[in-house]
Order: sequence, then structure tokens, then C-alpha cells
Amino acid sequence: MSEPLDPQTGSEPEQDVATAPPATVAARLAFYQRAGGIATPIATALLAFMIGGLLVLATGHNPFQAYWDILNGAGLNWLAHPWNTDIANTAAYNFSQTLLQTTTLILTGLAVAFAFRCGLFNIGGNGQYLVGLFCANWVGVSFVNMARPAHIALGIVAAAAAGAIWAAIAGFLKATVGAHEVITTIMLNWIAYWLGNYIFQQGGPLQAAANKPLDVPISGDVADSARLPVFWGDSALQGLHIGFFIAIAALIVFWLILSRTTLGYEVRAVGFNPAAAGYGGIKVRTNYVRAMAISGAFAGLAGGLDMMGYLFHYGTIDVQATSIGFLGIAVALLGRNTALGTGLAALLFGGLVYGTTHGLQGGSIDPSLAGHLTEMIQGLVVLFVGADVLILYLWNARRKLRRRAEVEGAKAPA
Amino acid sequence: MSTYVGNVDRVLRSRLLEPSSVGAVGILLGIVACLLAIPPISVRTITWSLIVGIVAALLGVSCVARGARRVGWGAIAAGVAGAGLGVLATRSSQANLDEVFTASLIASMLVFATPLTFAAIGGMFSERSGVVNIGLEGMMLMGAFWGIWGADKTGNWFFGVLIAMAAGGGLALVHAFFAIQLRADQIVGGTAVNFLALGITGYFFVQLYHGENVPTGISQIPNVNLASDSSHSFFASSFGHLNLMIWVAIALVPLSYIVMFKTPIGLRIRSCGEHPRAAETVGINVYAVRYGAVILSGMLAAMGGAFLTVGYLNTYNENVTAGRGFIALAALIFGNWRPFGAFGAALLFGFSTALAFRLPAYSGNAATLFQALPYLLTLIAVAGVIGRTVPPAAVGRPYKKQ
Repeated sequence: MSEPLDPQTGSEPEQDVATAPPATVAARLAFYQRAGGIATPIATALLAFMIGGLLVLATGHNPFQAYWDILNGAGLNWLAHPWNTDIANTAAYNFSQTLLQTTTLILTGLAVAFAFRCGLFNIGGNGQYLVGLFCANWVGVSFVNMARPAHIALGIVAAAAAGAIWAAIAGFLKATVGAHEVITTIMLNWIAYWLGNYIFQQGGPLQAAANKPLDVPISGDVADSARLPVFWGDSALQGLHIGFFIAIAALIVFWLILSRTTLGYEVRAVGFNPAAAGYGGIKVRTNYVRAMAISGAFAGLAGGLDMMGYLFHYGTIDVQATSIGFLGIAVALLGRNTALGTGLAALLFGGLVYGTTHGLQGGSIDPSLAGHLTEMIQGLVVLFVGADVLILYLWNARRKLRRRAEVEGAKAPA
Repeated sequence: MSTYVGNVDRVLRSRLLEPSSVGAVGILLGIVACLLAIPPISVRTITWSLIVGIVAALLGVSCVARGARRVGWGAIAAGVAGAGLGVLATRSSQANLDEVFTASLIASMLVFATPLTFAAIGGMFSERSGVVNIGLEGMMLMGAFWGIWGADKTGNWFFGVLIAMAAGGGLALVHAFFAIQLRADQIVGGTAVNFLALGITGYFFVQLYHGENVPTGISQIPNVNLASDSSHSFFASSFGHLNLMIWVAIALVPLSYIVMFKTPIGLRIRSCGEHPRAAETVGINVYAVRYGAVILSGMLAAMGGAFLTVGYLNTYNENVTAGRGFIALAALIFGNWRPFGAFGAALLFGFSTALAFRLPAYSGNAATLFQALPYLLTLIAVAGVIGRTVPPAAVGRPYKKQ
């Protein structure tokens, strides 16, 4: 639907240059674009937190105290004595949990960011995450006699491949019949959602009859041989697993692919301008499928690492409550679709997710209220990041006001 | 005189033999093929379903051969599906069939189709004016929560619906401001609006109702009783006691068709969605039209949400819409951005949901998978297997005033 470089719509900067004193505005625009790299995301996040805080204030809670409790819940106070990694220390435990969430969010964020660099909006991170998770569960439960490294590797590959295939369906439809990837990935999300409800329900293919601590049907537990080693904390208490390093490695791979390989060059070229890329001999359609597949592999990997790292089993209720893939959208957008930005945004949202739910300290705000505060901040971040023009708009408004003042100032003496 | 009659006759005949009408007959026959085998007709042999289904598919083939691909493939699909389902139905026991296919299946199909219809028609206004509305789900959720809150606080369902519309329209205004005024990416904006609605309704649900069920006995949108309570006729259990909002939704379909395709307002909306610059050249205020259309879409989606809580469930759970806004979006695309098409798709999706709730009579597992059908069908539809859907030309493109 939206073609970023459509001649009809993508020409705002030129028009602004044309209608105003060129030298200063060009300089201002250049400044805006340079500063926009860091300033806009920070301003966006602050604005979102501020509006969220206003709501907290309006509903009779102290926003500063609430945010302080949330940040401490995320383990911020651990930074005061960072050498104490004993998880008996609440702050250290909370911080390890924040990093656990960050692991997932880095990968679901990369899933959105990579597609974005190819000019595609992959809204289907949640579906790709889920199918990756299903496959990892199946592999983890099924091949019980495998050697540990092989079992783990098989689970990771299966999860990434499942996510890649799920996303490649959308890429393929985009490449062959031009079906809009937003529509197809939304549909694929819901198909994955119902697939999950089907496979884990009572009598479903992955539901374990022997594994029923409650009346809710859940899957079997991933075998010990498929569980990722934990390097911080206790694996029975959701310790931080080595998937964290895999996610960090994924950030580097993302950067390497995009800025140091031919593939990445093609992906970015298609993202900048598909028509020009095609004219230059790049196969645009192939790149759509490839970019979606790589995106999906990131999200599928996230699901796989979660399953083999700390979840170990899954149920229909978990499927229904999953939204970590959607959070990837906010992470990628706030991180401006770069590796470093995505990593930092994932840390912010990871802290927010854990700090507003299980980790929440003190009693300044109800945990269930705080959880919804995360959703709201997430929405506001996406809303503001999507509106780069907001800055230009404010800029123009200020310029207009100033010009009007000048004109009136010039008129006044006459 | 006789030549006149002859002309009419010729016109009628050529109309009836047009590929598109033949295809429509084929689609109808496909549905008939399936209906033959289920109650109340319940033919217990496979012959009739097969014959009618094959005739439907043949009509479809002739359509495709004569160039009407979309409707032709539709007829072929309907024929094959109808015959297949008919054969399946003859294989199952009469008792099971009688349990699943009752007249109340029609009523529950309409119940499930109503929120979809409201939101899909709303989405049509927005997208026909050139603004993509992924945020239908969020606007519906706002309507669902603030509708029940309004009905609870004012003690009157009517004010509840009004408050729902205000809430949905308010969220749509946010979307409109970012999409139109700030020329932000409309899909990103719509996604944001969905998160925002989830956060806002979740937050206030905890704040106002402590996250538990809202009190019982809230004023509910009344049913329209067309049959006496004691009657158990086919009509009584299908259309006899439908909720008022269901009739409003049904009335909305022709109404929105007339507004969109037969009035100057509709022409303006469509021109803004097809070629905004041309629209502005002839003096249409593109921004105003788009603002109006997006806000209207939010209000309609919110009515769908309000029907869910104030009309049907009479309570509220967190995220009660559970993806219905996205099914509505699917219905809109499946229905090719037209009111009757969207309504037809909403009925189809509503039927599949209603059926999914009854299929456990056969197999609970299959019933769950059945819920994915609307999404799968839409995937197939946008893939262009059954004809290509054609969105408005300028949809998703921000417009900059000259």
C-alpha cells in the first residue's frame, strides 16, 4: 500500500527546500537527519513515558514512584553493585530476568528490522515466533536419545527454519502476485495462533497426557538433552541461558549481512527503491522472499530459544497470551532498524516487560495496571516513531510563526 | 409493441446469459449442493449433492472460458466444496446432523457476523477514502469496553452505545491525525492504535473494575421479537429473536452501498481514495473527507464492539474482541472493498465461527482448526487464486496539500 519513495508522496524534503530559504533549511534538515539518529528515538521514548505517566497521575497514582518501582523491578538497582551475581539478591535476579526478555526481544525486533530494510513491514513476528516455538517443542520432546549438542542444534535449526518458511509464504505471495505483506502476515499470525490452539489442546498432537499439573492441557516437557545451558542463575528458576549470546551474535550477523555482504546490499537497495534496484539488475522478487525468510528465521529462533531456554512446555493459554512478537515492532522502530538500536530498544522493552509484571517492586502501582502501562507505552512509541514528519511539522510550524512575526514586524513600522 | 417486448426479452436473455450471472447461478448451486444433504432437507444419498455440485462447477468452467475469471473460479470452488461437504454430510449420522444444523445456526451465524459487518463497513469508508485502517481491532475494543462502561454508569444501553462510538471515534481521530496531518505510515499508525487500545482498555478495566467481571444486570441492547416466545418454527428460531444491533448491521449494508456508490458524498470519498490530487483540483477538501471517513470507521467499528459486550455477552473480559477486528479487515478485503461483498464475507466467516462452536459434536480438535478458516480463505483471496482483489488506488498513500 505505501510505497515509501512514491514520486507523489516521497518528495516532502525537496518541496520544503524549494519553498523556503534554501541554505538555512538545508542545513537544518541535515542537522535533523543527523540528530534524528539518536535524538528522535530518545525523544520518542521520553514522550511515550511522559504520556503514560500522565495517565498514571490522572488515575490517582504517583507516576515517579511507579516508574521508579518499575525500573527497580527490571533490576536497575543491581547496577549499584553489579559484581553480585547471586540470584538470591533480588536486584540481580530481576536483572537476569530482564536480560532473558531482552534475548527474545532482540530477535523479534530483528525480524521486523530486517524486513524493514527491504521495504517490507513484517507484522507477522508473533506467528513466526509461535511456529518456531512449536517446532522446538516438538524436537525437544521427541528425539530424547540424541546427544545434547546435536539435540540443541537440531532444535535451533528447526525453529529458525519453521519461522523462515512461515514468513517466506508472505514473501512469496508478495513476489509472485503482489499480495501486500501486511495483510498476509496478519493472516499467517492468526493461522499460527489457531494452529497452536489445535496442537496443544486436549488430545492435540503435541499435548502430553501425562503432563497435567492442572486441568489445562499443556505440551510435554523438552528433554534435558535439548535444554540450553544456563550461565546465570538456576535453570529451575528461569536462569539466563546461553541464548542470550546467540541473540547478541544475531545482532552482529544482522549488521554483517546488511553492511558487509552482497545480499545485504541488494536487500537495502530494494528497500530504498525497488524500481531502481530492479533497473540496476537486482532481482527484486527474489530479495522479497529472501528478506522475509531471514526475518522469519530471526523470529523463529526467538521462539526456539525461549522453548529450549526456559519455557520447556507450552499450552493453549500461553498461545493466547503471547504478544512478544508484536513487541518486536516497537523494538525495531525505536531502534531505527539498526543492530545497535534494536539491541538497546530490546533492553528497554525487556526491562519494561519484566519490571511491570513479575519484577515490580513496592506497592505504588498495581502489577496488573503496570502491565497495561507497558502496552500503552509500546503503542505510543510506535505511534510517534511512525511520525517522523511530526518533527518536520513542528519545525515548519515554528518557522511559519517566526516568518509571520517577521512579516508583521516589517509591516508595523510602515 | 411486439418489437418492444422482443427487445426486453433479448436484453433479459443476454443479461441472464452473461458470464457473471451464469457464475452467480453456479455459486448458488454450489451452496444448494451442500444444503441438500443437511437438515431440514437431509437427502441421505450422495447422488443429488454430486450432480448439483458438478453442474455448478461446469457453469464455473464455462464462465472462466468466457473470461469472467473471478466469478467463474468462485463457482467452481463453490461447486466442488458444496459437493464435497454434501458427501461428507451423508456420511455422518442423522442425529449429529440434527444437532449441528438447526435453525439457530442461522441466528448464531448472524450474531458472529454482526461485529464483523460493522467493522468491515467502517473499514470500507476509511480505506475507500485512502487511509488504511489496521486499527479496526483497537477501535472495536475501545467500543466494547467503553460501551459496557457507559451502559453501566448511565444505566441505559443507548448511551452505552453512544459512549462506545465516541471512544472508537476518538481513537480513530488519533489515527487520522497521524495518518493525514502528519503523513505518518498508515500501517505503522494502525498497529500503534491497536496496542494503544489494548493498553487503555486493559488499564481502565483494572482501574475501574479491578480486572474482574463487570457487575451483572447492566442494561442490554434489546432483542427484536418477531415471533412469539413459545413458537419453535424455523423462522422463530432463526430470525425471531435477533438483537436490535443485528438488524441495524443488516440495514447498514444497503445504506452504506447507497451512500458510497449513489450519492455525491460517496463519490467524494472514493475520489479521495483513487486520486486525491484530482479530487482536490475539483474543489474537494481531501483532508476533511479523509478525517470524516476515518472517524466514521472508528465509530462503526466501536458499534461492533459495543454489540459484543452490551448486546451479546453483557459482560466484558480483557481483550474481548480477540482478533475480530482483523477478521473484519479480512472480510473487507475478501469482499473487495464493497458493502455487499464485505457483508457476504462477514456472513461466511460468521458461519464458520458458528459452525466451529458446534463441530465438537464430531471432533473437538478439528473444530479448533476450523477457526483458522477465515484467515486461510483471505490468504487465498489476496493471493489471487479466486480472482484478484483490487484495493483503492491511493490507499495507504499520505496526501500533501498543494
